Amino acid sequence: MTILLVLAVTILVFIVIFQISKASEYVSVLKGEEKSRKQTNKINAFLMLAFMIVGFIGVWYCNKILYHKTLLWQPAASDHGEKIDTLLWITLWITFAVFILTQFLLFWFSYKYQEKEGKKVFYFAHSNKLEIIWTSVPAVVLAVLIVFGLKYWFEFTGDAPKNALEVEVTGKQFGWIYRYKGADGVFGKKYFKIIDDATNPLGLIWKDNAALGLKDDAKSHDDIVVAQTMYIVKDRPVKLIIGSRDVVHDVGLPHFRLKMDAVPGTPTTMWFTPKYTTAEMKKITKNPDFVYEISCDQMCGNGHYSMKGIIEVVTQAEFDAWLADKSPAYQAAVNSSTNESAPVIAATTTNNVNQKTIVQKQ
Amino acid sequence: MSNEAVLHANIGEAHDVHSNHQTHHHETFITKYVFSQDHKMISKQFLITGMVWAIIGGLFSVLFRLQLGFPDTSFPWLEDILGKWWAEGGHITPQGYYALVTIHGTVLVFFVLTAGLSGTFANFLIPLQVGARDMASPFMNMLSYWFFFIAGIIMLASIFVETGPFSGGWTAYPPLSALGDTSPGSKIGMDLWLISLALFVVSSLLGGLNYIATILNMRTKGMSMTRMPLTVWAMLFTAILGVLSFPVLFSGFILLIFDRNFGTSFYLSDIFIASTNTALPNEGGSAILYQHLFWFLGHPEVYIIMLPAMGMVSEIISVNTRKPIFGYIAMVGSLFAIATLSFLVWAHHMFVTGLNPFLGSIFALLTLLIAIPSSIKVFNWLTTLWRGSIRFSPGMLFALGFVSMFISGGLTGIWMGNATIDIHIHDTYFIIAHFHLVMGVASIFGMFAGVYHWFPKMYGRYMNTTAAYIHFWITLIGAYLIFWPMHYTGLAGMPRRYYDYSIWESFKQFAELNKSISIVVIITFLTQFLFIINFFHSIWRGRKVTSTNPWKSNTLEWTTPINPGHGNWPGEIPEVYRGPYDYGKDGIDFIPQTTPIGAEESGHH
Ligand code: HEM
Ligand SMILES: [Cu+2]
Ligand SMILES: [Cu+2]
Repeated sequence: MTILLVLAVTILVFIVIFQISKASEYVSVLKGEEKSRKQTNKINAFLMLAFMIVGFIGVWYCNKILYHKTLLWQPAASDHGEKIDTLLWITLWITFAVFILTQFLLFWFSYKYQEKEGKKVFYFAHSNKLEIIWTSVPAVVLAVLIVFGLKYWFEFTGDAPKNALEVEVTGKQFGWIYRYKGADGVFGKKYFKIIDDATNPLGLIWKDNAALGLKDDAKSHDDIVVAQTMYIVKDRPVKLIIGSRDVVHDVGLPHFRLKMDAVPGTPTTMWFTPKYTTAEMKKITKNPDFVYEISCDQMCGNGHYSMKGIIEVVTQAEFDAWLADKSPAYQAAVNSSTNESAPVIAATTTNNVNQKTIVQKQ
Repeated sequence: MSNEAVLHANIGEAHDVHSNHQTHHHETFITKYVFSQDHKMISKQFLITGMVWAIIGGLFSVLFRLQLGFPDTSFPWLEDILGKWWAEGGHITPQGYYALVTIHGTVLVFFVLTAGLSGTFANFLIPLQVGARDMASPFMNMLSYWFFFIAGIIMLASIFVETGPFSGGWTAYPPLSALGDTSPGSKIGMDLWLISLALFVVSSLLGGLNYIATILNMRTKGMSMTRMPLTVWAMLFTAILGVLSFPVLFSGFILLIFDRNFGTSFYLSDIFIASTNTALPNEGGSAILYQHLFWFLGHPEVYIIMLPAMGMVSEIISVNTRKPIFGYIAMVGSLFAIATLSFLVWAHHMFVTGLNPFLGSIFALLTLLIAIPSSIKVFNWLTTLWRGSIRFSPGMLFALGFVSMFISGGLTGIWMGNATIDIHIHDTYFIIAHFHLVMGVASIFGMFAGVYHWFPKMYGRYMNTTAAYIHFWITLIGAYLIFWPMHYTGLAGMPRRYYDYSIWESFKQFAELNKSISIVVIITFLTQFLFIINFFHSIWRGRKVTSTNPWKSNTLEWTTPINPGHGNWPGEIPEVYRGPYDYGKDGIDFIPQTTPIGAEESGHH
């Protein structure tokens, strides 16, 4: 019913506008087309000016109501993120200045140089001097920005420090699986063809497989596999080794200002040093519900929007306690195959699309 | 072929090309309106087909904005109209949402802003502005349209298949796009998507080669390259970009078709499908290879969309300020620089794919370089306005709106081109804001500007200006209201292509904003019907044009009769003596290109 009403009103509005438009055309013919054209020209010139002023106020207002909802006022939660923020702010101020200047000129000139009776235009076809100025000034500014940018870029994409905590992150439709090295300090081998969602979601090679020519890799026996929530340590560099089990995903870490794609068949890496624990961030953001979320930032199917992971940044002591509590995936798998109990990594298999609730419960 | 030969070959019984062709040979409805070989008619076919697609694509965005703006509201009528698959219980479903987003992007980028824009204005303006009777090959030109048309029909058909149209985003990254088991949209819908776009590539190659050949070979006497209007230059670079980059996309598609259907592993490796609990046999492929092939077209593509608009805007601004475009050579040079550089920056879409960091740094450098010719263009447009005598025709308003949008959206390119910052804002709403402003809205504005400006030449009538002004102002305000706030959501890290944000602690604070944006989208979308109605109404009922040169313009299209027939000029094609921008020279309002250089005239080229 309401929809019909809305439809009717819309059509009515159209008819009214249309009639006004038609009428004004007749009027202008009667009045003399040239004369009425000049009148509307004045109106439009005025509107240009008005639009500029209201527009600038709008830009200010938009900032006022949205600024505090963004990350702009929050400190970046990683060392790399801080540098990204620095560069972002420099770029912001430069481009904002250019924005104001050029938009001002655009609308001001439009208003100022509107057609006026008896005014001649200034024939000005080119000027080498001006053109050189506005080729070289942007070139210099951009050079500065890119020098800054690349310096950081190489730093971020360079090798992680030796003491970095290494965590393997695997994306899958639609969730995340993490692997820690276990007591031996190495990741065991894995192979995608022996993946079994219930017992071995990463395909760790923990027994011989003659058909596939795989040899049991003892180093995989102590690897710890967890789903949904990843623990990392404040002030300790962490290196993520990122992969995917099916389609391309992306490990998006807005609070750390970082992201990296998860590509099947081609592992990628990313490292950073977290600066604040989750508990500290709750205070900083004044949000008791704050969590570091991993958002999947690459379209990966119909459940893309629900592909959420959590990062808990904790102190080293808390981390050690947490890790000590975990048993290796191998053991759990062996146990469950003997007594047919629940799968090891329950959360990895429960995600499904189309329900808002699933991700919330983690 | 020479101009006269083209007509001899293609207009059946036209014996005397110097006389009025309209009266000379019989045209049936079919040859005149359907399988027409007249570039002007083909241009109108592209335009109207493009408009149909724009309505479809726009409507899709309204539908998915309903979901984003009102995730908790049920609209039972949606299910009545669209059915369960799309809108069960009055809520857009996730599969429906992703299908809508994907088709919206595909249709607007390719069908509206590539075919609809280039197809319309390259076809219409090239022969008229260089002084040619038609395209180099009118037949190929006709084929170009019909390939486009069939591509459209197939895309349309894909919307109605049982498993839905393709829904993995307009960039169609594999493995998602390669494996039907990863998403229902990647089943038959994706086959149709690929076939449609393959045909589209054929269409755009046929068109592009024709535009290039026409511009290079069929200019009238005196029309040296440096006397061509900037529109023609822009169309030339656009066509070159298309011809060089679309084949690469095509090859990427072919490999994808092989991976989908014939068991190859170009893009596939190490894949386990949870829904069927099986590991695929493919090993050794690279999913990133596709992204390289895609963006090798994809980046030039954004300039394929942009350059025609830039060209038309330059022309329209000059005509309506009654001043020469400032820095004609710099304008051509910057078009050239943009076109060249646009082949060397594609990997800026791939900074976070694990790309080699050194390669990434080169692409970042080249990407920022492209901002230089872009800024030259902006400053030259601004200087053109300076001390002019501006007439705010609807075309001019949209041209100015274009410049405003181009500035707003272009500046954020500098953020993302700097790879370091892109790590943070890649694939967030920040990008949505960037490319909708700089490409989406700006090019659409260029297209509106072109339609309003050349409508009198197309149909011999004027569009209603009051309706046009209302259309302009609402659209301008609406576009900013929609896209400006998205910079902020992007700076909160809000990812693009999410069906629902309410489960995210980090992004759910924008529910109110999303609602307001959606409302503005609906209003702005409806406003476009003002244009559509105005357009069709004016074709038959618009005020008649009474002078051949209503805008007092210098270029050749305004030397043809008010309603030119096939062949464009009834007599000889006029000769050209000067560049297209002699406005206000020596105190004379305008000097058409066909006016010989006077003895007293100050410096000229
Ligand atoms: C000042 C010049 C420009 C620079 C430096 C620039 C830079 C960039 C960069 C680096 C990206 C990738 C961002 C990312 O995915 O993280 C991007 C995305 C994009 N740009 Fe630009 N850009 C510029 C102008 C333009 C223009 C003129 C257009 C169109 C006419 C355009 C259209 C696009 C589109 C469509 C995308 C997103 C594609 C997608 O991911 O779906 N850009 N731009
Ligand atoms: Cu995803
Ligand atoms: Cu690009």
